[in-house]
Amino acid sequence: MSFSDSFFAAKFGISRRDLENYLSEALSRGGDYADLYFEYLATSSIGIDESIVKSATQGVSLGVGVRVIAGERTGYAYSDDISPEKIKHAAQVAAMIAAGPAKVEKTPLEEGAKRKLYPVLIAPSETAFRERVELAQRADRAARGYDSRVFQVQVTYADNLREVLVATSDGTLNFDRQPLARMSVLVLARDKEGVPQQGHSGGGGRHELEWFQKERTPEYFATEAARQAIVQLGATEAPAGEQIVVLGPGWPGVLLHEAVGHGLEADFNRKGVSAFSGRIGQQVASPLCTVVDDGTIGGRRGSLNVDDEGNETQRNVLIENGILRGYLQDKLSSRILGAAATGSGRRESYEHIPMPRMTNTFMLAGESDPADIIRSVPRGLYCANFAGGQVDITSGNFVFSASESYLIEDGKLTRPVRNATLIGNGPEAMKFVSMVGNDLKLDEGIGVCGKEGQSVPVGVGIPTVRIDRMTVGGTA
Amino acid sequence: LRFEDLPEIAQSTIRQALALGAADAECTISEGAEFSANVRMGELETLKEAASRGAGLRVLIGRCMGSSYTSDLTPDGIGLMVRSAIDLAGLTTEDPHADLPEAAELGSVTSDLGLFSDDVASLSTELKIGLAKRAEAAALAYDPRISNSEGASFDSNVGGRVFANSRGFSGSYRSSYCSVSVVPVAVQAGALTGAMTSMERDYWFTAARGLSGLEDAAEVGRIAARRVLRRLGAVKVETQKVPVIFEPRTARTLLGNLFEAVEGRSIYRHASFLAGKLGEKIADARITLIDDGTIPGLFGSQPFDDEGVPTRRTPVIERGIFKSYLLNTYTGRKLGMKTTGNASRGITGNAGIGHGNFYLEAGDKSPDEILRGVKNGFFVTELIGSGVNTVTGDYSRGAVGLWIRDGELAFPVSEVTIASTLQEMLRGVAEIGNDLEFRGSVSAPTVMIGEMTVAGR
Repeated sequence: MSFSDSFFAAKFGISRRDLENYLSEALSRGGDYADLYFEYLATSSIGIDESIVKSATQGVSLGVGVRVIAGERTGYAYSDDISPEKIKHAAQVAAMIAAGPAKVEKTPLEEGAKRKLYPVLIAPSETAFRERVELAQRADRAARGYDSRVFQVQVTYADNLREVLVATSDGTLNFDRQPLARMSVLVLARDKEGVPQQGHSGGGGRHELEWFQKERTPEYFATEAARQAIVQLGATEAPAGEQIVVLGPGWPGVLLHEAVGHGLEADFNRKGVSAFSGRIGQQVASPLCTVVDDGTIGGRRGSLNVDDEGNETQRNVLIENGILRGYLQDKLSSRILGAAATGSGRRESYEHIPMPRMTNTFMLAGESDPADIIRSVPRGLYCANFAGGQVDITSGNFVFSASESYLIEDGKLTRPVRNATLIGNGPEAMKFVSMVGNDLKLDEGIGVCGKEGQSVPVGVGIPTVRIDRMTVGGTA
Repeated sequence: LRFEDLPEIAQSTIRQALALGAADAECTISEGAEFSANVRMGELETLKEAASRGAGLRVLIGRCMGSSYTSDLTPDGIGLMVRSAIDLAGLTTEDPHADLPEAAELGSVTSDLGLFSDDVASLSTELKIGLAKRAEAAALAYDPRISNSEGASFDSNVGGRVFANSRGFSGSYRSSYCSVSVVPVAVQAGALTGAMTSMERDYWFTAARGLSGLEDAAEVGRIAARRVLRRLGAVKVETQKVPVIFEPRTARTLLGNLFEAVEGRSIYRHASFLAGKLGEKIADARITLIDDGTIPGLFGSQPFDDEGVPTRRTPVIERGIFKSYLLNTYTGRKLGMKTTGNASRGITGNAGIGHGNFYLEAGDKSPDEILRGVKNGFFVTELIGSGVNTVTGDYSRGAVGLWIRDGELAFPVSEVTIASTLQEMLRGVAEIGNDLEFRGSVSAPTVMIGEMTVAGR
């Protein structure tokens, strides 16, 4: 597809000349760089609770963000009206960051290469709403049918279709159509009148709706959520203190996101406020660990053809055999640091300034048999699922909260234990990784990453991993 | 379009929905103008300024509901939004409890809540940048170990909200907000040969409805500086059970956890450890927990909730006894009760539940007196992670703070967790400080819990 056939050109009549004019306006008071980010977003969501379809919502938003960079300064303005006068006004507001005569020689806009990481013909949001309601109802029925102890089920289905257009004063012109869908199931179960326990599952990605029929069905997510709730019914107090911890494959990769990923975002490192600042080339993990951030995996929730600054996403090696290799860059940081783009500039919407962000972050598979890893542990904790995590990038301390874990005794999983938070220090914790499984698994596609008030969809993944020392925050 | 024009757009939206077959309809329109200036190491780094609007609609046809929203407030945009909501109502299921508030329940607090101050919009950009610079400069000048900064910001927002429904409610209010915040970074070389360098950050802020309510920016910087300095050189302690003191900034997070356990949705779903416990003694008699959306000038105040019901003062826990859930119309009907005026939503969808000014009443001991009573314990200054399960009450979070030895703050601690259950914590409250301050919509004084598990080495 060429620019003239793209969404904003076809639907709103935006031309290259318009874009060049807006960029000129943005640089009219000086400044080194300017860009425009047009975004159209259509969202749908369905909520089922008590087997009743209690909510069905649809909506659209449209707007443009204009950014001007002058040295290390950024000016930003946006408008939810994309008429030429309003865009020009936003450009003038953003331009106030610069002071001086216009000086940038214009680079003609050139269309970027076209990739198709999510070749979706009909996006989920373009299908009949009723079909999506039925998918959600299937999940509700399956969760209730799983076990008679299940007594509450909440199903949420949400999708969106984002059309973006990026034009930059250094000549990039790129556009993308970004579908995304997600289903999640929350189950409560209890024994007779006992204490209820919760199970949660879900997933999705940049796929057609058929993915929920063929790859990951509503029944799959429902069964998984119900299974977790039932397991929790038998859970006892979690241990407290330093333990050997084994992480199961998949979603426990959130460890990497918190322990390593955020600390490697270039904005923190350019300011010298990350625990990883100035550590490129140093050993920050055991030699068994190679961690990548890869925005190019087909159909994944964290993947993008182009980032929100118009750069192609790529596969970035963060840690190679335990050695810190590189940071995740956005345009501002790569300009200041003189570093190559990594395709990591992302933003929540046209109202937000881009920042370096993760896409899909995971550890490459190792050589150990997962069963051998568990067998190797005399006493410890096996964490199969997590609820989420957080990091203080400056001290490097991170936490993540286990939602399904088991005691390991004499090399065997014995009994489930209750929710516990695990805590560690980023540059130190991964030095204690002593075994890495051959079973790399990516998560099901449900992650949301928050940073400075901006949320973006991300993915994580990890093989089974043994960590010889980590603090577990139980009570026993 | 001016703000004054928006109520008529809301009314017209409702008329269109009724004309297309809706039995009832609710329309919300909100607008906001945001400004932010970030400075770092004395230099302006980012300036952002913009305004936007959005409208949302919820319709009921029979007991089926549909909702939609748009950023396009032109007649065409509104027309599409109305049709979309009507179409969706045909796809949802009958919900016997779905309804709007009764006409008699609708209304607005009539006194002036002081939510809007026009000085926020009129201050010059240079002055706003100046306030952020002043805060950061004070932090950087405080101590040579504060050698870096994540920056300081001046943020403001001037907004308005319009709500109307088909039962005769139409209301609007404007609000304003401004704040100055700063995040200094302190670095200290290891005390022993080979010890790790310690680098820490912390923050402090001041926020108000208008500029005159802001505290001195330089003092904000100095408080942030003291906070970050006392974290340097933190160590991990042995795993043990000890008394834990939450300073106000962390005590308020406990109220956030409690809010989730007392709001109507988690109650009717039995997804709260407090479901069915109304009237029971659930906490130490020192605990009185209030929700009040009517206190002038505070961030949790608004004249009516997001269903058009007046806000009010609701005692949630009184001297340890669980007195009231926090409800909107739907959850009230589910539980056979009345709304407490706590409906909350963005611009569309079914109303959820929010709080007004949700606060723990002050006790009579000063924080120092409480501290002096502890021989060996943990003083928590920051919590991270999401390890609180309001279904079961299980509590386990990452914590940063200072170790207490013989009634004094002895040394900084990090990379530990604190754990218990919310049930035991409520019953185990041993002291409440006299230092309640309203710095946001959730506020608490110092709180001491008799015993929690600190997990470390």
